[in-house]
Amino acid sequence: MRKEGIVATTLIPEMVSLDSLFAFCRETAQDPEFTVAKRWLAEHPGKKAIGCFPIYCPVELIHASGMLPLGIIGAGNQIEITFADARFQSFVCSIVKSTLELGLTNRLKFLEGMLFHSICDPARNLSSVFERNFPDLLVEYIHFPQNFASPLARQYLATEYRRILDSLAQRSGHRPTPDDLNYSIELYNRIRARLREIYQIRTETPHLLSAAESFVLTRAGTLMAPEDFLKLLDRAVVDLPRRPIRPKDRIRVVLEGSFCELPPVGLIETLEEAGCYILDDDFLRGWRWFTEDVPLQENPLAALAESYSERAYYSGTKHDSREAKAAHLIRLAKEKKADAVVFQAAKFCEPALFDYALYRKALEDAKIPHLLLEFEEKTWSFDRARSEAETFVESLLFD
Amino acid sequence: MAQGTAKTDYQGRIHNLQKDMIGRYYSRLTAAAENKGEKAIYMLISGNPVELIEAFDMIPVYPEVNALQLAVKKQSLPLILAAEEMGYSTDNCAYVKADIGMYFAGRKTPFATIPEPDLILCNYVGCNVYLQWFEHLKEYSKAPIYNLDVPFFRTRSEDPSEEDVHYVVKQLEELIEILERMSGKKLDYQKLQHIVELSGETGALWSEIKRLARQRPTPFDAYFDSVMMMAPLYCLRGTEDGLWFFQEAYKEMKQRADNREGPLSEEKFRVVMEGPPPWPYLRQFRDMFSRWGAVAVASTYSTVGGIWEFGFRHDPQHPLESIARHMLQWNLTNRNFLQRYRQIKEYVDDWAADALVIHSVKSCRLFSAGQGDMREYFTKQLNVPTLLIESDLEDPRYFSEAQLRNRVDAFFEALEHQRMLVKS
Repeated sequence: MRKEGIVATTLIPEMVSLDSLFAFCRETAQDPEFTVAKRWLAEHPGKKAIGCFPIYCPVELIHASGMLPLGIIGAGNQIEITFADARFQSFVCSIVKSTLELGLTNRLKFLEGMLFHSICDPARNLSSVFERNFPDLLVEYIHFPQNFASPLARQYLATEYRRILDSLAQRSGHRPTPDDLNYSIELYNRIRARLREIYQIRTETPHLLSAAESFVLTRAGTLMAPEDFLKLLDRAVVDLPRRPIRPKDRIRVVLEGSFCELPPVGLIETLEEAGCYILDDDFLRGWRWFTEDVPLQENPLAALAESYSERAYYSGTKHDSREAKAAHLIRLAKEKKADAVVFQAAKFCEPALFDYALYRKALEDAKIPHLLLEFEEKTWSFDRARSEAETFVESLLFD
Repeated sequence: MAQGTAKTDYQGRIHNLQKDMIGRYYSRLTAAAENKGEKAIYMLISGNPVELIEAFDMIPVYPEVNALQLAVKKQSLPLILAAEEMGYSTDNCAYVKADIGMYFAGRKTPFATIPEPDLILCNYVGCNVYLQWFEHLKEYSKAPIYNLDVPFFRTRSEDPSEEDVHYVVKQLEELIEILERMSGKKLDYQKLQHIVELSGETGALWSEIKRLARQRPTPFDAYFDSVMMMAPLYCLRGTEDGLWFFQEAYKEMKQRADNREGPLSEEKFRVVMEGPPPWPYLRQFRDMFSRWGAVAVASTYSTVGGIWEFGFRHDPQHPLESIARHMLQWNLTNRNFLQRYRQIKEYVDDWAADALVIHSVKSCRLFSAGQGDMREYFTKQLNVPTLLIESDLEDPRYFSEAQLRNRVDAFFEALEHQRMLVKS
């Protein structure tokens, strides 16, 4: 809960403690009314906001065009699906429906546009459904190449970014220069570097920062101005090592499969309470996309495109030519000295569920225990996940 | 009123011709599997460069066609279950599961032994599942893979951009290099031109056949009978045999049209069908419509591998560019949902349809995700009576016959009632 006196200050409240910072982030992360973003827009007259559907979105293009990129990533368990169920069938994942529901209930009216990406078939069709139902919204669909064995793919992606940039500039009235783009790249580089530090803290000292806390921090960051988010991150990185928390007897796991639809915070907490230190995960992968800084160079679009190909984390929706996905997961688990892998896929998420078939065999071959969980963003009760996780943890702790 | 069951199999001459030709195609696959034949190139049905494969005398293998054959022959369920045992989800595309199940069952089917791939050519045309399907086949077979990345036709312009076309043509050139290395010979450009010409003529005839369905009665069912013609269109496109099949098919259909012969004794309702058919229960599904005198005059499924009825032709003067345009623009799979709405609207208008039937399949979310919005558009904005029903294209567990029949009956009863009201 937010503490007394914090609300009254300007955009991002002065945080009394890390706990209050995480409480603020938790509230922001689960707010289907986008209060923080709307307040920022009110304080910056003339500014517009662009929604970004998962997974990865080149937010720098939006920022450099003078607009605010926001993560529009479903509605969690905060709203009822009333209208979108009639548009998307029962076998389509929840995030597609809840994102449409946000639109159909006028909660996205404050946006200037929405960007969708070639991540899966439902997201692709959702983009069209948005275009038809919200004619005032700028709707763009970005094609991410999948032929990274060829140098052509990177070149092509740079031309795709040019197309998107032109479209954004038309809406914002500002055509960004290479310097503008590099400024935005540098800003987001700093954010991503901070997020990598946060994840490093979790890997090295998982008792100091729970996965649920790092999740709400990252998610809240997608719903505010990047400049403000950076301040929060700076604060967190300084304060976290001083936290007076003692380690517990828990198993160490790497979590995969939740790269798009957001798991309920309660589910992440349930896993942790059941006895897991989650050293690494793929929550909000798209907002942390790069493993190192995007280089600042004369042609920023080429730098972003090249980085998409060469400096990205592995993802179920990017068909990498660098290493087979399953082999990569095994290497990651070993690097993190994990005892086990939790594969936590959103229900009906085909990319994740297909990956699981490959992962399962590789994990069995490597003799790394794993737990498969399916979730939906709208879930409230985690009793079943709790008992499965507890059984799993016990089998490892007392093996 | 619905009438018992109508005779709903296509009984013309080309039915047997098709059987013979596809039988020969499968014999080639078996020969390749036994190392007596050509090199096997795995590919997807949607816009693909089969012309290049034929130019190198290699044989295309289509896992989608194999999967659907398994479903038609009622062999799919045990294979799907075997894949689920391996870790595939009940929510994954059942084409993939049946194919992977078959792969690990020794690649033996009632119709052929499927060869191991010499090259996995993933023509990524719209469907994201394609990428994962072929990624998995690569993991299991260890064969080389080439992802031919086709930018989705996502803009509001009439044509894909020059950058899109250029990007695909350049990749086709990379593919040619791979095929040259595999075959040890250079591409014979004139041979490619000839093959592309055959594809162009085949497409033209297929287009003519489809346009015959604008007549009343339509000489064939543009959903259930089209699927019979789709096998030669995909497996034999770019060959003399394939062209011959379509010459014969056109003659037969033209004659039927001239004689005013339709697939049913009486054509009461003309419908547009959207979505793939339920292969495990094709006959039962067809009968649900036949008993109401409902005939498909157009279908989107018959355009997954190519849309020719609006004028596209492969062009021997520009072989690579026309292959690229076929992959980018002239197939249903690579088009966005709103382009599909427009395509269906054209069918409703120009093929004079009374209604739209949407068969929503769980396996293929590319086809189905969002079809509720499609129904909304056609019923509310265009006033086209629309039926939305659900089952699956491969997994027999999702076919609930009684439920489907009730929905179909209620729909046509209402249509009939409306007609009576209008008449009186």
